[in-house]
Formats: sequence, structure tokens, C-alpha cells
Amino acid sequence: MFLGRVGLFIPCYIDQVYPRVGMATVRLLEKLGVSFEFPEDQTCCGQPQFNSGCFKDAAKLAGKMLRIFKDYDWVVCPSGSCTGMVREYYELLLERDKESDDFKHLVSHTFELCEFLIDILKVETIDGSFPHKVGLHQSCHGLRGLGLGVPSEQVLPGRIGKVRRLLESLRGIEIVNTGRSDECCGFGGTFSVFEGTVSSFIGRDRIKDYEQAGAEVIVSYDVSCLMHLDGLIRRDKKPLKVLHIAEVLDGAAS
Amino acid sequence: MKSHARLAAAFLKQEKRAHWHDQALWYVREKRDRMAASVPDWEALRETAQAIKRHALANLPRYLEEFEQNAAARGAIVHYALDPAEHNRIVLEVLKSKNARLVAKSKSMLSEECGLNEFLERNGVEVVETDLAERIIQLAGERPSHIVLPSIHIRKEEVGEIFHEHLGTEKGESDPTRLTRAARTHLREKFLAAQAGISGVNFAVAETGAVVICTNEGNADLGNSLPDLYIAVMGVEKVIPKTKDLGVFLRLLSRSATGQPISAYTSHLLGPRPGQEMHIVIVDNGRSEILQRERFYKAAFCIRCGACLNTCPVYRRSGGHSYNYVIPGPIGTILAMHRDLKKYKDMPYASTLCGSCTAVCPVKIDIHRQIVLWRNEVVEAGHLGRAKSAALKTATLGMKRTRLFRLGGWTVRKLLRSLPPFVFNNRLTIWGRSRDLPKMPAQSFRAEYRAHSKSKTNLSESGLNREGRS
Repeated sequence: MFLGRVGLFIPCYIDQVYPRVGMATVRLLEKLGVSFEFPEDQTCCGQPQFNSGCFKDAAKLAGKMLRIFKDYDWVVCPSGSCTGMVREYYELLLERDKESDDFKHLVSHTFELCEFLIDILKVETIDGSFPHKVGLHQSCHGLRGLGLGVPSEQVLPGRIGKVRRLLESLRGIEIVNTGRSDECCGFGGTFSVFEGTVSSFIGRDRIKDYEQAGAEVIVSYDVSCLMHLDGLIRRDKKPLKVLHIAEVLDGAAS
Repeated sequence: MKSHARLAAAFLKQEKRAHWHDQALWYVREKRDRMAASVPDWEALRETAQAIKRHALANLPRYLEEFEQNAAARGAIVHYALDPAEHNRIVLEVLKSKNARLVAKSKSMLSEECGLNEFLERNGVEVVETDLAERIIQLAGERPSHIVLPSIHIRKEEVGEIFHEHLGTEKGESDPTRLTRAARTHLREKFLAAQAGISGVNFAVAETGAVVICTNEGNADLGNSLPDLYIAVMGVEKVIPKTKDLGVFLRLLSRSATGQPISAYTSHLLGPRPGQEMHIVIVDNGRSEILQRERFYKAAFCIRCGACLNTCPVYRRSGGHSYNYVIPGPIGTILAMHRDLKKYKDMPYASTLCGSCTAVCPVKIDIHRQIVLWRNEVVEAGHLGRAKSAALKTATLGMKRTRLFRLGGWTVRKLLRSLPPFVFNNRLTIWGRSRDLPKMPAQSFRAEYRAHSKSKTNLSESGLNREGRS
């Protein structure tokens, strides 16, 4: 399948703190036969600034993103919230570019990794095994913003989320059911620092949900939520592990 | 005034109570989910509700006039009030004209917004809240912590203590049935003695002039039928064009609010009962200004169901009183900001932006999007605070230049790898107070990827893998 130029968009915290997630994404795409480039000039999509209300600061980074990625046919990113930032909110930041073809192209061709696999590559299953009990953490921006899952608030009978479909195709995997299927983990970007007490309280509740459901590992398409949950898990010395979905799919795929 | 973060932290000190609060509200959210799922066209119903609100509020003057004419034709006396002061003055004048000194009042968030009770009490009128939860709050001397479940933060044992003090129930009594019975007896006396009834309004139907009120206790019905004077107070946004529109809103309201198919009582008041005088006070108090703001106008669509409070992970873990505005939670936030940007500047930050509020909203208000837009308004007005602004400015500076970004990342990784964990996993760093920092890798992704690409010649043709330290 000829895709044209595919640009890999690696969020700043994955680049600097979670290289293993970026590398898992690289290996997974290679296994699927996708050739891509990693434009080295990229830094951050501007979400921390945007999230805090500093739109002018965020706009500078959004402008940089547009310059870097405008010439790619597809942009793929292993994060729901950073993808959501580009797709949903760049229009609020780049008012002057909003009507340009470059802008429209970037916004409509930036995909989160799982949806790129399913919607563009038409990958329905991953051949591999992951014999573990998994708590699927459906991070909010990907869940409700990008539609990677089926939000529990909405009445959409018969639908199965994209991420769940990919995971369920692995042999031996068991996705546990938590009582609250898609409760927020409490991270919330700068909220985790501005409101640290509430943020941690919500996170501990979420971890308890996964524990009680018997999960061994919490899997998400957003490492930011996992960083928060893992920080709590390690502080409380819980036996749970966290993994990005790229790590699971890459490790399972032969 | 303490910030939401501080008030919430205080609320969470009582951990058991906080869990109970969270679970009580989640129980309502789950009931709402089951009820929503029982309607085959739930999502279409929400769309329709928004379309009706959009139409009604875009044609507000026309529908208000139609409502006024039809209500007047049925014998009601209609007043308009621009602000709380005018609203309170009108209500007091009407009460005085009938020499009413005791009022049986049914729940109304508008009256909370206007500070009506305090105003009337100051002017020698006794106001008795007749909704059970509102009465508990009133006796406790508090304000509602939720717009539909005003005393959700009070446990039944505490209700027992409040009733023991004020209603003379037995000490230590905490049985809900016996406590409710005591309240019922107490409130019956007040209903019979009151010279006037006041209630809020859920919907005002333009084509008939009907005032529609939904309650579960029937208290509004006693309040609007027993006394010879009845005053309904409503915001301008309550008007809907037609009776048939109720077929949309009544199906959404109780399901969203409490997970009931419909409230126990839905009363359609078409003018006063014989021998009664009925007044309707229609209040603007900034609503028409909200409707003029391109990014924020949908906030005026709210039908006050409280679903966004029940679902909000932050509201459930911080309680209604941690928000300083009279309406708490997500919808309270986007309404408060129209009132006073500076005073309520911390409210938009009391959110993880998870978007569940938007997904449950029966009229599809873009709540979480408005919250982040309000953060921008706070920043532009210079209210973010020096430390936070400086931190974000520095981060932006570092991220604008790729070299600086790499240098910054390299420095942080080096630093954190060489220091023993207790240096950063402690109370001094805000993150480290309750969470461990991630373990720092030896090198960045870009460095690993470069090494990986070099070993894979087929990937190194792009020419984009420039030299540089990471």
C-alpha cells in the first residue's frame, strides 16, 4: 500500500522521558511495513500551554508543528491527547492559518497510532500473544475527542472501541472489566500540579478499580496518564505495571 | 476567599467521607446511564433538545412576549427583572401587598443566584424551604452543594443531629424514613400557615403560557396551590416554544438528573387557581449577554439537571462547597466566569478536561471546551499568577528551539539520574508529594532512533536525521 510520506510525531515527554514507547512505535510500524520519517526539528505540540490557557504561547508551538509536518501525507502519533490537540484545538490557536490548505491537511491527516492502524492501514488484528490480564485505560482525550473507544456516557449500542478491538485480537489476552469503565485517571496535564491533591486522589481510586478487577497491567494509548498512575503505583508499592499499547503490540507481534 | 485547590484538599482530608461522596454521586451517574440506554434515540433526543434551545434563545424576545401574553390571558401577572436586586424588590413588593410574612418556598437555583432568602429574611419575611434537602441545608445554615441534590454532602447521621436540634426528633435518630416523616409533619404546618408560595420554574411554554415544574416531593404543588399568593421565578432561558417540546425535555431532564424516567410530579400551571393571585418574575441577570458571546453562548442552554456534576471526577472528589460560586462543578464554572472573571479565576482550573460533562449534557453544551477557553480568558486578563505564568513561558521558550529543548531534556535526565530519589520524591516538589517521578532513561528517543536508523540503511535515506546532541 502506497501511503506517501509518513511523518512520525513523537510527543515531547515520550522523546525525553519514555524513549521505549517511541521505539516500540518505530518497531511496530516497521513490522507493518510502513516507511516513515522522524523530523528531528519537532519538540512539543503546545498542549501544556494550551491546557493552562496560555494560547499565545501554545500558538507558537502549533505554528512550529505546522511548518514541520505540513509536507507529510500522514502524521502518526503514539498519543491520543497530543493527536487531539492538533485535530481539535489547533483551529483555536492558528486563526490566521485556519483556512489554508496546509492547515486543513495537517488537521485531517494527523492520526493516533491505533486509529492509523485501523482506519488507514486497515489492520484489524495483530498476530501475536499477550497472555495477561489487562486493564484498558481509555484516556479521555482519545476516548471522547478522537473516538478511540465508546464513551460510557453515550448510548451507542453494538459498537466496540478501536483500541479494544486491536488488543482483543492478541492471543491469551484478557481485558478485565472495571466497574467504572472509563473514569478519568486525574492526570489532566497541568491539573496534576495545580491541583495535586485531587489529581492523586482520583488516580488512586482508578488504580483501585484496576486492582479489584484483577488486572496485572494497565495499558493505554497515552503515556501521560500512565506516568501519573505509575508514579502512584510505585509510591504505594503496588504490584501493577503500566504499558503503552505500542509496547504491547510490538512485544506481541512476531 | 480560598482557592478550589485548597478547599478541595481540605475536603479530601476526610478520606472515608470523600469516598462516600464520590460513590453516592457515581451511583446517580450509573442510574442515569441505565435510563439513557432505555431510550432508543437518546443521542438524537439530545440533538433535538439543543436545536430547540438554539431556536428558542435565538428568538428570545418573540417567545418571551408570547409567553407573557398567554400567561397574562390566563390570569398571571408577569414581571421582568434585569438583575437580582430588581428581582428581589419585585418579590418583596408582591409579598408586602398581600401582607405575607411566611413563605413556603420550593427549590429554585435562580433564587440562590439572587440571594432571595437572605434578602427576604432581612426584610422581615420568614422563608421556609419545603424541599427536604433544601430544608436540611437551611436548618444547618449552609448553602447547597449540588443543584439537584443540595444536601448530598450531609450524611443521614448528621441530618439526625440537625433535626434533633431544630425539629425535636430523638437524639441519635438516623433512620431516613423516620426523619423524613418528622420533616413532613413539620413542613405540613408551614404549608398550612404560609401566606405565600414561591417556586422556581423548569419550563415556560410560550404557546400556552404554562409554567412547568418538576419535583419528586410534591412540595411545589402544595406551595403553589394552598396559599392565596403564588410567585414563580424564572430565568429568561426557561422559555420553550411549544407544549410538544416538553416531549423532548421531560424525557431528558429526570433521566439526566437522577436517573428516573420522569420526576414524580410534573405540574403544568395554567394561571392561578380560583381565588389565588399568581405572579411570574422573569429574570435576565446576564443571560442575554451570555447569548451574545460566540464562544460561550451555549452555556445559556442549561436546564439545570446536574448530570455534569455527578459525572465530574473532580466535583465528586472535592464537593460542591469547594467551588466558590453558587452553582458548582463544570456548569457552575462556565456560568460563574460570566459573573466575575477575577473572583472565580481558579474555577476553570478545577477540571481535568476529561470531557465527560460534555458527553452527558442533555442539551449538548460544549462544557469542557468552554472551560479551556475560560482558562485563556483568565490568562489574557493576567490572573494566572506569576509563578505559573513564568514556568509556562520558560517551557515555551525551551520548546520553540529544538536545541534548547534537547539540552533541557538532557539536563533534567542527567540531574534526576544522578540524584538519590528522596531529593525529588518529597513534599517540596508538587508532583513528588504523592507520586514518584518516572525513572529517567539514559538517552532520548531521538538519540535511540538515530542509532536504530544507522543500523537500518533503508530508513536513513530521508536526509532528515541531522547531526546533534540529544
